[in-house]
Amino acid sequence: MSKSDTQPQSYTPRDWDSMAGFIDSGYKSTGKRGVSRNLLEINPDLAALTGPAFGAESVGELDHDLTRNGRVNGEPLGERIIVTGQVLDEHGNPVPHTLVEVWQCNAAGRYVHKKDVHDAPLDPNFLGAGRCMTDAEGRYRFISIKPAAYPWGNHPNAWRPAHIHLSLFGPSISTRLVTQMYFPDDPLLAFDPIYQSVPAGARERMVSRFSLDVTEEAWALGYIFDIVLRGPSATPEA
Amino acid sequence: MTLKQTPSQTVGPFFAYGLTPEQYLYDFRQLVDGQMRPREDMPGEAIRIVGRVFDADGQAAEDAMIELWQPNAAGRFNHPADQRTERPLIEGFSGFGRFGTGTDPDARFIFDTVKPGAIDDRQAPFITVIVFMRGLLNHAYTRLYFSDDQAAQAHDPVLQSVPAERRQTLIAERRDTATGVEYNFDIHMQGERETVFFDL
Repeated sequence: MSKSDTQPQSYTPRDWDSMAGFIDSGYKSTGKRGVSRNLLEINPDLAALTGPAFGAESVGELDHDLTRNGRVNGEPLGERIIVTGQVLDEHGNPVPHTLVEVWQCNAAGRYVHKKDVHDAPLDPNFLGAGRCMTDAEGRYRFISIKPAAYPWGNHPNAWRPAHIHLSLFGPSISTRLVTQMYFPDDPLLAFDPIYQSVPAGARERMVSRFSLDVTEEAWALGYIFDIVLRGPSATPEA
Repeated sequence: MTLKQTPSQTVGPFFAYGLTPEQYLYDFRQLVDGQMRPREDMPGEAIRIVGRVFDADGQAAEDAMIELWQPNAAGRFNHPADQRTERPLIEGFSGFGRFGTGTDPDARFIFDTVKPGAIDDRQAPFITVIVFMRGLLNHAYTRLYFSDDQAAQAHDPVLQSVPAERRQTLIAERRDTATGVEYNFDIHMQGERETVFFDL
């Protein structure tokens, strides 16, 4: 079977029952920035079935290790973590060799971004950005520092729960996903409008789980976060 | 379906050092930027695409990220799903670009690329545009068509499926400048001129 025979003719639609609405009463800035009219249907063509491909050369040696890729004169402060998981499509098939980009704040809840004015210290040895490729089984792995909660201006006493931002491509622009990974048992999840914007039953998929198996003795705590992207709507016969 | 999709979340205001670091002068290598035409001699018409992302109040977003995906001048996508070898791939042209609106003093996105060819006999040339920003919980897909392709657009099935009064939101206006051909493509998230977004 040639490569072209295995290419899907279309992808499943975005599962809107699993997604937030564009306008969310709790998340203030959606009010003026969210799409307000209905999305228009479009028949899938080559533009939707294709997308950028990133090769192994896209990822540098330390890109997956946020505890090392921003070092200046020592180790970053905070709780060392390993974040790993499998990128799958809705049929349970691995999504191999796809780019995963991450960014996060440091152990004090401060982003390196120049626009972050939160009064918490920067860590000279932590940038908070990384990337890696999934392997042939769709698995990815990052090493980082556990991000902290931080305040934001959405409403009085608003705090974002600790989270890591992830950006994925999958095989086409239709499978593109930007999401956030949260940590288990975080009391702030109940009060976070961004997490709560996603319907109950779906939002829990954004919470990673602690794993003693992934945890490495005397070194780092392990968290598993599996990610499910849109899949081909008609699976080719094996 | 055995598994359920992972929900989308906003890219937030602080994506730049992760996704567009070199553009914002962070010390981290950037994989893709607004320069989609890395060689001067690339086949096709050299064009610049500029625009802004406006909210309901007409404020230009200074923290949006735009991605473009397009075929080359021959209408061929650089991807294994496009096997039309009669349309040659062009060395060095990926067709993908990414730019944040936080570095330009006027909050513009700026892409240098080539004008795409039509992908088939029915459709007018277009570029897929993806919008990400704080306050946008799901990324939004739209299409950029070119103001000088009116004849082809008159029978384009996608454009013709868009209500006539909203079609103009998808047309980038061509302008000849001292430095070359520029298309302006403003994106309006809401309001009377709300851009048409597609359920891609």
